[in-house]
Amino acid sequence: MTDLLQTLVTTIALGSLYALIALGYTMVYGVLKFINFAHSDIVVLGAWTSLVFAGWFAVGEGAGAAAPWWTGGIVLAMAMLTCGVLGFTIERLAYKPLRKAPRLNVLITAIGISLLLQNSGQSLIFGPRPKPMPPLITDRPLATIALPDWDVNLAWYWLLLIVAAIAAPFMVAKAKWAARIPKWAYVAGPAAVIAGVLLLNTTDGGGQRQDVKILWVDIAIVLTAILLMVALQFLVYGTKLGQAMRAVSFNIPNAALMGINVNFVISFTFVLGSMLGAAGGFLYAIKYPLVSQTADAGWVLLGLTAFVAAVVGGIGSIRGAMLGGFLISAVQQFGIWGVKQMGYDNAPALKDLYVFAVLIFVLLVKPEGLLGRPTREKV
Amino acid sequence: MTPLLEVNSLSVAYGAIKALHGISFKVMPGEVCTLIGCNGAGKSTTLRAISGMIKSSGEVKFAGESISGVSPHTLVRRGLCHCPEGRGVFANMSVSENLDLGAFTRHDADIPKDRERVLTLFPRLRERLKQSAGTLSGGEQQMLAIARALLARPKLLLLDEPSLGLAPQLVQTIFQIIREINQQGTTILLVEQNAHMALQVAHHAVVLEVGAVAMSGPAKELAASDAVRKAYLGHG
Ligand SMILES: Nc1ncnc2c1ncn2[C@@H]1O[C@H](COP(=O)(O)OP(=O)(O)OP(=O)(O)O)[C@@H](O)[C@H]1O
Ligand SMILES: [Mg+2]
Repeated sequence: MTDLLQTLVTTIALGSLYALIALGYTMVYGVLKFINFAHSDIVVLGAWTSLVFAGWFAVGEGAGAAAPWWTGGIVLAMAMLTCGVLGFTIERLAYKPLRKAPRLNVLITAIGISLLLQNSGQSLIFGPRPKPMPPLITDRPLATIALPDWDVNLAWYWLLLIVAAIAAPFMVAKAKWAARIPKWAYVAGPAAVIAGVLLLNTTDGGGQRQDVKILWVDIAIVLTAILLMVALQFLVYGTKLGQAMRAVSFNIPNAALMGINVNFVISFTFVLGSMLGAAGGFLYAIKYPLVSQTADAGWVLLGLTAFVAAVVGGIGSIRGAMLGGFLISAVQQFGIWGVKQMGYDNAPALKDLYVFAVLIFVLLVKPEGLLGRPTREKV
Repeated sequence: MTPLLEVNSLSVAYGAIKALHGISFKVMPGEVCTLIGCNGAGKSTTLRAISGMIKSSGEVKFAGESISGVSPHTLVRRGLCHCPEGRGVFANMSVSENLDLGAFTRHDADIPKDRERVLTLFPRLRERLKQSAGTLSGGEQQMLAIARALLARPKLLLLDEPSLGLAPQLVQTIFQIIREINQQGTTILLVEQNAHMALQVAHHAVVLEVGAVAMSGPAKELAASDAVRKAYLGHG
C-alpha cells in the first residue's frame, strides 16, 4: 500500500511535467501540422539554463539547504524567457522560410535543429558531463504519511481486469453512443475499477511501518504545472489572441482573411510552447537534480514520452495533451509498480515499454487520440 | 470619381499553368460589380489575387493606392474583405465565435450594434449562436460567412459564389440581402455562377473567359446582349 501511494504521488508529479512538455508538441502541431522534434531540446535547454541561473544565486551549498522560495520563481521565469526567445529565433530562421515547403522538409529541418541544439549545447556551452542543479527547494518532505506495510498479491486474473479497465475506454470511444459519456468518466471509470481491485487484494501483511513522503518538490511541480496550464487555458479560450490561435490552427488562409496576422500568431505559439517546455525542463531539473549533458539519450526519451502523451491525448488538442500527460505517467509508474508486484526486480528499466505499448494500442484503436479531432484531408 | 478598386493587367500563374492573362476592370464606390464566367474561368483566382492570398503580377489599386503585395490581414484592416469560395467558416468554433472573428480587427464601441444588425439580417443565426459552425447547414454556413464579413465593416466586399449549393428560395434571400447590404453603403464585387440573378442585382458586369475579360459593361446591357444570353443565361 505504501508503494501504491508513493506511486500515485510520483504519477501526479511526473504527469504534470509530461503534460507541460506535451503542450509544446501539441500547440506547434496545432498551428503548423508538423512535429517539432527540436522541442525536447528546448526542454533540455530549459533545464540547463535553470541550472546556470540557479548557480548565479549561488545558494544552498550544504545538503538540504535551499534558496528563499521566490528564487525558484525567478529562475523559472528567466529560463522560460530565454527559451521563449530561442523558440522565436528557431521559428524565424528555420521554419518560417519553409512555410510553403512539403512537410517532410520541415520535419527533417526539425531533426537538424534538434541535433544542432544537442551538440552545440554539449560541446560549446554547458559541457559534456552531467552537473548538479543547485537546490532551490528544501528536500525535507511536506508531509509524511505512515501506513502499515500491506501486501498486495495480485493474481493474474485481477491484473487482466485492470488491463481491461484501462482498455475499455479506448474500445468504447469508437461506438456511436460513446458521445454521451462525459469525458471524465473515461478516466474515473478505470481508476475506480483499479482502486477496487487493489483494495480487494490488500491484506494486512506485516504491521511494519513505512512512510509515504510527499516532497516539497512534488508540490512545487504540480502547483507550477497547474498554474501554467490554467493560464494557458485562459489564454486560448478566453482571449482574442487565443481565438486567433484556434482560427490559425483550423485554417491558415481563412484566418488571414479575418485580419489575423498569421505569422505573428505562429511565432507567438512557438514562443509559448517553448516557454512551457522550459518550465518542464526546470521542473525536471529540480526533481532529478543531476542534469545530464544536452546530447544524453535520456533527454530524447523524456521528449518521446511527452510526445507519446500528446499523441495519446490527441495531437493538436490542448486538453488532450494535459490528459495524455497524466495518463502516460500513470501507465508508466503503475506499470513499474505492477510489474514489481509480479516479482520482477528490474521493473523500472522497462518503464518505456509500457508507454510505447499504450502508444501502439491507441494508434490501433483510436488513431486520432483520446480528445483529438479525426483528421480529414483538406479539399 | 476615383474607382474604389482598379485592376490593371492582372496576371496569375499556378506553377506552369497561367490562370489569368492580364485582366483589367474597375469597381466604382457604391456599386455592385459582378464577375461571371464558366467553371475555371479564373473568377476565384481574381478575388484571391486582389485580397493578397496568392501572388500576382500587374497592378491592383484600392481607394487609389496600390495594394500589390500587401498581406490579406492588412487589407482587412483597410476595409477590403474577402468572403472565400466554400464559405471558410471555422468549424471548430461556435457561430458566435465566428462572428467575433469577423470583427477581429476592430476595437471600436459599435461592434455590439453591428452584431445586432447582422443578426437582424440573418435571424437564423441568432437562434444558433451557441451551435458549432461545423454543424450548420450549407445555407446557414453561407449566411454566417456573409454576416461575419459584414462585421469587419468592409468598404469593399468580395463575395465568391454566395449562392453555391443553396435552394432556390434561399438564393432569392441571399441576393435580397446582397442588395440590402449594398444599399446600406457597401461596395460589392460579386462572383457568381448564377448569372441570371447576378446580372439583376449588379450595376456593372465583367465576363471572364479562360483567364481574360471577354466583355464588360453595365449589367443591364450585358443581360440583354445575345452573346451573354446564349453562353450564360441558357436561352436566346
Ligand atoms: N491552387 C491551384 N493550383 C493549380 N491550378 C489552380 C489552382 N487554383 C485554380 N487553378 C486553376 O486555375 C483556373 C481558374 O480557377 P478558378 O478557381 O479561379 O476558377 P473559377 O472561375 O473560380 O471557377 P468556378 O466557377 O468553378 O469556381 C482553373 O483552370 C484551375 O484549374
Ligand atoms: Mg470559383
